[in-house]
Amino acid sequence: MMLFMLLFSRQGKLRLQKWYMAYPDKVKKKITRELITTILARKPKMCSFLEWKDCKIVYKRYASLYFCCAIEQNDNELLTLEVIHRYVELLDKYFGSVCELDIIFNFEKAYFILDELLIGGEMQETSKKNVLKAIASQDLLQEDETPQGFFEDHGLG
Amino acid sequence: MAPVRGDGMRGLAVFISDIRNCKSKEAEIKRINKELANIRSKFKGDKTLDGYQKKKYVCKLLFIFLLGHDIDFGHMEAVNLLSSNKYSEKQIGYLFISVLVNTNSDLIKLIIQSIKNDLQSRNPVHVNLALQCIANIGSRDMAEAFTNEIPKLLVSGDTMDVVKQSAALCLLRLFRTCPEIIPGGEWTSRIIHLLNDQHMGVVTAATSLIDALVKKNPEEYKGCVNLAVSRLSRIVTASYTDLQDYTYYFVPAPWLSVKLLRLLQNYNPVTEEPGVRARLNETLETILNKAQEPPKSKKVQHSNAKNAVLFEAINLIIHSDSEPNLLVRACNQLGQFLSNRETNLRYLALESMCHLATSEFSHDEVKKHQEVVILSMKMEKDVSVRQQAVDLLYAMCDRSNAEEIVQEMLNYLETADYSIREEMVLKVAILAEKYASDFTWYVDVILNLIRIAGDYVSEEVWYRVIQIVINREEVQGYAAKTVFEALQAPACHENMVKVGGYILGEFGNLIAGDSRSAPLIQFKLLHSKYHLCSPMTRALLLSTYIKFINLFPEIRTNIQEVFRQHSNLRSADAELQQRASEYLQLSIVASADVLATVLEEMPSFPERESSILAVLKKKKPGRVPENEIKESRSPLPIGQQQNAQTNHKTSNNTNADLLGLNTPPSGANNTTTSTLIDVLGDIYSGTNNTANAAVSNSKKFIFKNNGILFENDLIQIGVKSEFRQNLGRLGLFYGNKTQVPLQNFSPKLRWAPENAVKLNVQIKPIEPTLEAGAQIQQLLTAECIEDYPDSPSIDIEFRYNGAPQKISVKLPLTINKFFEPTEMNAESFFARWKNLGGEQQRAQKVFKAQVPLDLPGARNKLLGFGMQLLDGIDPNPDNMVCAGIIHTQTQQVGCLLRLEPNRQAQMFRLTIRSSKESVTLEVCNLLADQF
Repeated sequence: MMLFMLLFSRQGKLRLQKWYMAYPDKVKKKITRELITTILARKPKMCSFLEWKDCKIVYKRYASLYFCCAIEQNDNELLTLEVIHRYVELLDKYFGSVCELDIIFNFEKAYFILDELLIGGEMQETSKKNVLKAIASQDLLQEDETPQGFFEDHGLG
Repeated sequence: MAPVRGDGMRGLAVFISDIRNCKSKEAEIKRINKELANIRSKFKGDKTLDGYQKKKYVCKLLFIFLLGHDIDFGHMEAVNLLSSNKYSEKQIGYLFISVLVNTNSDLIKLIIQSIKNDLQSRNPVHVNLALQCIANIGSRDMAEAFTNEIPKLLVSGDTMDVVKQSAALCLLRLFRTCPEIIPGGEWTSRIIHLLNDQHMGVVTAATSLIDALVKKNPEEYKGCVNLAVSRLSRIVTASYTDLQDYTYYFVPAPWLSVKLLRLLQNYNPVTEEPGVRARLNETLETILNKAQEPPKSKKVQHSNAKNAVLFEAINLIIHSDSEPNLLVRACNQLGQFLSNRETNLRYLALESMCHLATSEFSHDEVKKHQEVVILSMKMEKDVSVRQQAVDLLYAMCDRSNAEEIVQEMLNYLETADYSIREEMVLKVAILAEKYASDFTWYVDVILNLIRIAGDYVSEEVWYRVIQIVINREEVQGYAAKTVFEALQAPACHENMVKVGGYILGEFGNLIAGDSRSAPLIQFKLLHSKYHLCSPMTRALLLSTYIKFINLFPEIRTNIQEVFRQHSNLRSADAELQQRASEYLQLSIVASADVLATVLEEMPSFPERESSILAVLKKKKPGRVPENEIKESRSPLPIGQQQNAQTNHKTSNNTNADLLGLNTPPSGANNTTTSTLIDVLGDIYSGTNNTANAAVSNSKKFIFKNNGILFENDLIQIGVKSEFRQNLGRLGLFYGNKTQVPLQNFSPKLRWAPENAVKLNVQIKPIEPTLEAGAQIQQLLTAECIEDYPDSPSIDIEFRYNGAPQKISVKLPLTINKFFEPTEMNAESFFARWKNLGGEQQRAQKVFKAQVPLDLPGARNKLLGFGMQLLDGIDPNPDNMVCAGIIHTQTQQVGCLLRLEPNRQAQMFRLTIRSSKESVTLEVCNLLADQF
């Protein structure tokens, strides 16, 4: 089971966090800080896995973003790399050549997509087509709704 | 600005841009505070906000929270959004709740209500949103609220596939919080049959759930094995086009394959049906074969997915440990990966090989790769890979390659990363001891360790080398010579001084004949290090010096001079000062005889398992590779195996204390154990070294119920007990004899499971802190179900001044406690005695009496044993006979005893007769050698 997933930039800014275990906020912040420092200090050719506390960390860098997952001792490291890759593919397909900015400005979408891929830290749907279909049907529901608030929205809103 | 999709919230995008444009942290905080004030006023304002605005503000709050700021309002507005009839608003509401969940009970009720409504929706998108929220929060309240709905959704024929998938994982999440929510009975088979579902996504999700359920209840879910094997076999033999979208970079359903392979690892043996077993082996072979095929794509995704399945298959092969052919093939495959250009693969191959090294079928196969592994240890660029190589070398080491591997590890230590040195030192020390055929080699290795990595040599390591040297006469001279040479180095590590000081103090005389290491030279050499050392080492050296006075009377004046110097204010340290003065006085006033007795050579230590292993295990719980080849697995159900393992562990631990200082050593020589570090005690190393001739009296308690069970310098343990029929009640009294509280005080019962079913012992928990000078009581109850051998022990662990202590004491709960004395006359005694004449009803032992033969003492003991001592029955007045009934829950066992002393031979003959063979033996064993 995946314990959590963190997305952070090369500058060490956290872009997305998803926790599948109930940690107190303080602990979350501490873990995040420690992991970002540890991973940013690693060199490019190094192994993507590391032992960390009582779990394993699997991470991979895509352009300016690091994707980092914590998994349990018995979980499969290689396949976790591919969970990350599948998520990146989904973001890429949805946003069209995804970049860090997309995730910053549409963080809620990034969450929705992740929720379709993983539930409770386990793979829910591995088919790219099916996940995209689910997201599309969500978007379809939104578009049925009348867009409003456009005028109020100018200025600071 | 980045493009915004769907019904993008412009206000949000503007806000995010503002934040990104902030030049400083202060500016960012200012902007955020402004926004928070704005949102607060909107939420508080009179104007009712419409859904869109609520959504936008809630989303901004969420963004602020994700930036790392605390959010203490907006929860109510988010909950309102849940009941919006606009999907996008509902969705943001759910997201906020999921991220910022607060177990604020009022809100939870409202949230649960909204979720209930959405679960009823006909639109699967709504249902899934609700399920995702439950899984994200996964609290106990949720588990209780949805016990019924979710299992129904999961197995109902009407549920859409997408919903089933979410329901399976949602249920898994709730099961993890609250294991009792899973319905049993007919549900079991319906859940198992999800493995046959048409939809691969449903099977994938369901497999995760089943895996968790199996872990809790392997028997009930055993039916899943056949289904999993056949599903796996179908996937593995499918062509990549068959599974369409579930093929990932030309690998058919890698996620599902890995999950199924994991699921099967819950059983050992995986299956007892030959057909299923054959199919599984065939499947595993296919996976191994595919690894040899040329890749279908150059992409790393292809190779990762393919190898993920391969590694999981190898895990299953290792787990089963029953197919030599597959184990050897797995090993060859991993051997190929050792030189792969992907660092990740090399890392995983080294890790996986560690497990193969412990199987008797593949151990030799792993050894073939020794050269490559040594190269990995030296050449890998990534320390985590080097660490794996060290682990593997440790696991593959045996008598045949120990010298080479130890030498390579020593060589590498000189340049090894700081982060892995300490662990490597422990490993080298363990291997050197375990596989030493010649202990001079062992001594060399440890001294090399101290020379190369002195800072990383923990106390346990140097204690151990001293223990071994003291116990093995054949290396003492060599050890003395070698430390003497090592100390010649201009700069040598303080640990070397400690070992050198200790060994020369004991065995310096063995090399004193050589003029190059004459007594005075030894002394001067040691003393030249004195001023560079810490007080603890200095104290040890002072003890060495006093020992020298005994070994080499000719240098007494030189040594007394040193004591004199340090016995006054020049020694800033009070302990050193005191020690020096006391040693000085001792050397002046004591006669040669007294000195020789006081400063005698240390007695041998009881042989015990190396404590270093325990340190290694503690350092890296769960991931220290074994250096022990397992017998091929016996087909035990998994539960029993775990039991067997835990037993093994506990029994290891009891042997694991350092030098026998913390627990009373078992066996007869417990009073002769003295401290290693220093005959006269050493305040520096805390209680590990306080001379505590611990007294354990457990044997006496066969004959009595109350008294002091154990006592040392730190603690006294008393016991009071009473027994009636097959029931017993014990009070243990722990008294803290020290001036500080004993922390983490935890007594644990140790009683083999096979006996625990015969004697059921319950122990009441107690407070973890035992205050200074205080006494606390712990109650135990015992119920004798059936007769049993031996008696349970209690393992007591605590911390004294931070140093862990461990004591193990046998409890006075031997089978004789359940005796009821029985009166009878000579006639009926002999009638019964004759009746119990069968082979299995008699047991006899002849043993030497404790000198001098003490008949009244023996009578007293028998009186306390629990049987009735019958006088005037045996014609020989010296003989003693007894009768009693043992009460167990299942039966009552009559038992007769006769004890015949032989004054000339100073022997006893003990005869026991009873109606049950096991009782006869147990009682006989208890009493043998007791008189």
